[in-house]
Amino acid sequence: MADSIPTLATRIADPTPMIGPYGTGKSQDAVRVQDQLLKDGPTIIKRNKALSVGPLKASSTLGATLAFLGMRRSIPMLHGSQGCTAFGKIFFIQHFREPMPMQTTAMDQVSTIMGGDESIVEGLATICAKHQPALIGIPTTGLVETQGADVPRAIQMFRDRHPDFAEVAVVPVASPDYSGCLETGFNSAIKAIIDALVPKATAANTRPGRRPRQVNLLTGSALTTGDLEHLKDLLERFRLRPVLLPDLADSLDGHLVESDYSALTIGGTPLDELATLGDAVATLVIGRSMTGAADLLAERTGVPDHRFDHLMGLEAMDRFISTLAEISAEPVPERIERQRSQLQDAMLDAHFSIGQGRFAIAADADLLVAFSQLLAGMGAETVAAVAPVNAPSLAQVSAAQVKIGDLEDLEQLARANGAEVLITNSHGTHTAKRLGIPLLRAGFPQFDHVGGWQRQWIGYQGTRQTLFDLANIMLGLHKGEIAPYRSRLKQWPEGERQGSALDALDASVGKAVVV
Amino acid sequence: MPILFARWHGLCFRVIHQVIHQHAFIRTPSQTLKPSRSLKGMKQKDIAALLDEPACEHNNKAKSGCAKPKPGATAGGCAFDGAQIALLPIADVAHIIHGSIACAGSAWDNRGTRSTGPTLYKLGMTTDLTEQDVIMGRGEKRLFHSIKQAIDSYDPAAVFVYNTCVPALIGDDVDAVCKAAAERFGKPVVSVDAAGFYGTKNLGNRIAGETMVKQVCGGREPDPVPEGIGRPGFKVHDVALVGEYNIAGEMWRVMPLFDELGIRVLCTLSGDARFHEVQTMHRAEVNMMVCSKAMINVARKLEQAFGTPWFEGSFYGVADVSRALRDFARLIGDPDLNTRTEALIAREEARIDAELEPWRERLRGKRVLLYTGGVKSWSVVSALQDLGMSVVATGTRKSTEDDKARIRELMGEEAVMIEDGNPRNLLDLYRQQGADLLVAGGRNQYTALKARIPFLDINQEREFGYAGYDGMLELARQMCLTIESPIWAAVRSAPPWRSAGDGDSAGAPVAQSPTAKTGASAVASQVETEVAHG
Repeated sequence: MADSIPTLATRIADPTPMIGPYGTGKSQDAVRVQDQLLKDGPTIIKRNKALSVGPLKASSTLGATLAFLGMRRSIPMLHGSQGCTAFGKIFFIQHFREPMPMQTTAMDQVSTIMGGDESIVEGLATICAKHQPALIGIPTTGLVETQGADVPRAIQMFRDRHPDFAEVAVVPVASPDYSGCLETGFNSAIKAIIDALVPKATAANTRPGRRPRQVNLLTGSALTTGDLEHLKDLLERFRLRPVLLPDLADSLDGHLVESDYSALTIGGTPLDELATLGDAVATLVIGRSMTGAADLLAERTGVPDHRFDHLMGLEAMDRFISTLAEISAEPVPERIERQRSQLQDAMLDAHFSIGQGRFAIAADADLLVAFSQLLAGMGAETVAAVAPVNAPSLAQVSAAQVKIGDLEDLEQLARANGAEVLITNSHGTHTAKRLGIPLLRAGFPQFDHVGGWQRQWIGYQGTRQTLFDLANIMLGLHKGEIAPYRSRLKQWPEGERQGSALDALDASVGKAVVV
Repeated sequence: MPILFARWHGLCFRVIHQVIHQHAFIRTPSQTLKPSRSLKGMKQKDIAALLDEPACEHNNKAKSGCAKPKPGATAGGCAFDGAQIALLPIADVAHIIHGSIACAGSAWDNRGTRSTGPTLYKLGMTTDLTEQDVIMGRGEKRLFHSIKQAIDSYDPAAVFVYNTCVPALIGDDVDAVCKAAAERFGKPVVSVDAAGFYGTKNLGNRIAGETMVKQVCGGREPDPVPEGIGRPGFKVHDVALVGEYNIAGEMWRVMPLFDELGIRVLCTLSGDARFHEVQTMHRAEVNMMVCSKAMINVARKLEQAFGTPWFEGSFYGVADVSRALRDFARLIGDPDLNTRTEALIAREEARIDAELEPWRERLRGKRVLLYTGGVKSWSVVSALQDLGMSVVATGTRKSTEDDKARIRELMGEEAVMIEDGNPRNLLDLYRQQGADLLVAGGRNQYTALKARIPFLDINQEREFGYAGYDGMLELARQMCLTIESPIWAAVRSAPPWRSAGDGDSAGAPVAQSPTAKTGASAVASQVETEVAHG
């Protein structure tokens, strides 16, 4: 493969087959090479520089935290110094525009050196006494993992000392920020929740299909609350009962409640639902990043699962809807068929402007896979793909190569490969500005926009809107616009005659043709 | 045909006269500009004269291009539409549409014509007549004030006033208002009297051209050629282009060629034109009718009045661009220009040929169904063939016998010609011919897309310029974009949950119509029958 495929370096050095005023002046050879690349999967270019400039990565600690925020009456208590929580809190507040129930073990010099077990016990007891949560999640940070904290032992100490809080579930998850990214931390936390709170089928006497209308949904962090709401709607149209794990659409969808303050999540997956997961007829897993959690859930419960890399685009949605029809034994509602044909129509309308478009995408793997595949299906090319960390799912990215890196990498790749539109989080605004290309915001965080958290990307409808937005962005580029030519011979009105532009053209007028 | 038309119009105008006389009776005496209340503006005989276009081959044959529109089976715009699109690209003019809102409201700023400077033409201006204006006869007064407002606010080079159906019916004397306004405000104010019911879009084009020739051309002498350009052995020649609209700025791909040859385009009617350029149009040594017979009367009348020779040509496709340049050189008759033109053509053709080669590789063998009007029916054929594509059928609804002869020359005696381009026929033909792409005007775009077939827009609403040697690259790029798009399988796919056996093909491509039995020949004979009965 290394022989036949242009390396990143050669492509940057010789971008001519890819760029130019007439865009895809790709030769058939170039097309073939690209097809081959897509078949083999992209080349993964690992991080090869010391400094991360314009970090793309949000920590796995935050990912784990987010997962706990999708559980009802829950609060994550980050085991680390208090800054870990404070920064994370701001990150999520700006993104979701919601108060964030988050706590910290507030590690100080003494506990860092002497051990933080006491901090955990004290923190848990304090939260339990003050807020009576159903669940406390303990995502660990780089600090305490480096220190070598044994969180389960500390939790055992808490259990021993505070039997009065035995009802409160406590779930630790190893999520040091030096490993993985938001997407992986999210998966780890869900896996930890399953591990701690979903009983084995044999022990709990659950049986797959005993609740024939219940379907479990393991929903990855790439899904917005709008996406999750749409999933619930879809399942309900098939007369299925969706149980989301986690249910961010219930906790962070941005709704008002009667009480004026809550120190805990105001929605999310109720803990007692976890005991019913083993009775569901099926589990749907959205996002390859959820593989770890999905494997464990299947092993625990024996409930058959159906896995989807993403739900953007016709093909992915067709598979999803077919699956729902099969699980539910219900006909596909007419409304959904209509939405499908609406998407087909939108594809037709949008292909003129999106086709041959050149996109730069920086996102966690699941989202990167989704966007690159959607764009490839429209005849556009992902000419710069950057993910914050390596992941098996990156093999599914529809691009020649994926760079593991930051927004600086993205910027360089986008510039070298002539990207026309950027898709990334709000940090990309400056990148886009320097590149002089428009930005479509997607992923975490979106702090300079309202509503990014709930934008629906998936489904026939969500894809349709995405295509329209992308097409409109492309139309705004005015590709193919012909620069005004100011003929020296034109009878210009007085006011328009002067100007260096005209003088410069003098030379070209009547220039001798070499015969 | 003219007889038929005249008869219809005679009837029409008698009715209108009655309406107007009754109407005049109840009008308030607030008219200050003009006492008489007879129908002003275009007379029946003026319209008949415009329809009788000796330079047009349609004149002698029963052709749909100038035929009376058939209620219930008519596509295309009205005379107002034709007049407006013909003149709107004149960039520094305030174009005021005198009428109720639909005429301007539905039509302003929706065309891809580009200007090197002023953007005034992009600004929709209308008197937006109200019911009160109509009943109380306040249209003329409103128009007069509108002209004043346009001049005060935008200082245009001139004001064009387009008459529309309602003021034409109620008898507003637009000519008189324009004249009065021109005198009062010291600006040229041109009345373009092409109300919708006068006839088709084509007639409107002609009215517009006629108005320019009569009221604007000859208004001033051309500017002197900028110093240092003309010199012994290198003479700058003046020409004009008629029926060229600088869609998407495509003429900017051609103008550098003219500059290089020392050919000054005095005026383009009307792409990227200025009012003072139109005034000098009569001084052109040669006029070129670009790709449309719509304003053929302009070329003819300029020839009658000033003896200017003209030719018809196109800037689409390598061969046509070269032919147009050669025709200019030939008619100008300057041997030096001839030599330089040949050299330029040789250089440009060699260059573009090399640049098109990779695109030919991708487009070779692709089958195109072409449906467009008039000259484009053959000029685009040669452009597509030049890319290695095969044109399986072409539209001839607006083509002349001459056009058809050229089509046969290019496509062979068996060339399939589409007379009736209704969507059903186009789609059936597309499938019968196993085409890969439909190239047609914007109004057929969604016909194609709904049928899930690749499409290229070739008409004036398009956003890409295809003229000139370099325009071919854009054309090739746009065709590849849609033909090679990966969406086709997806948009043609039926929902997977529908088993093949349930007989419902809602998601599948449209089935062939059972009525289209033999394709083009059936279509053609159907039209022949229609004409015979007409």
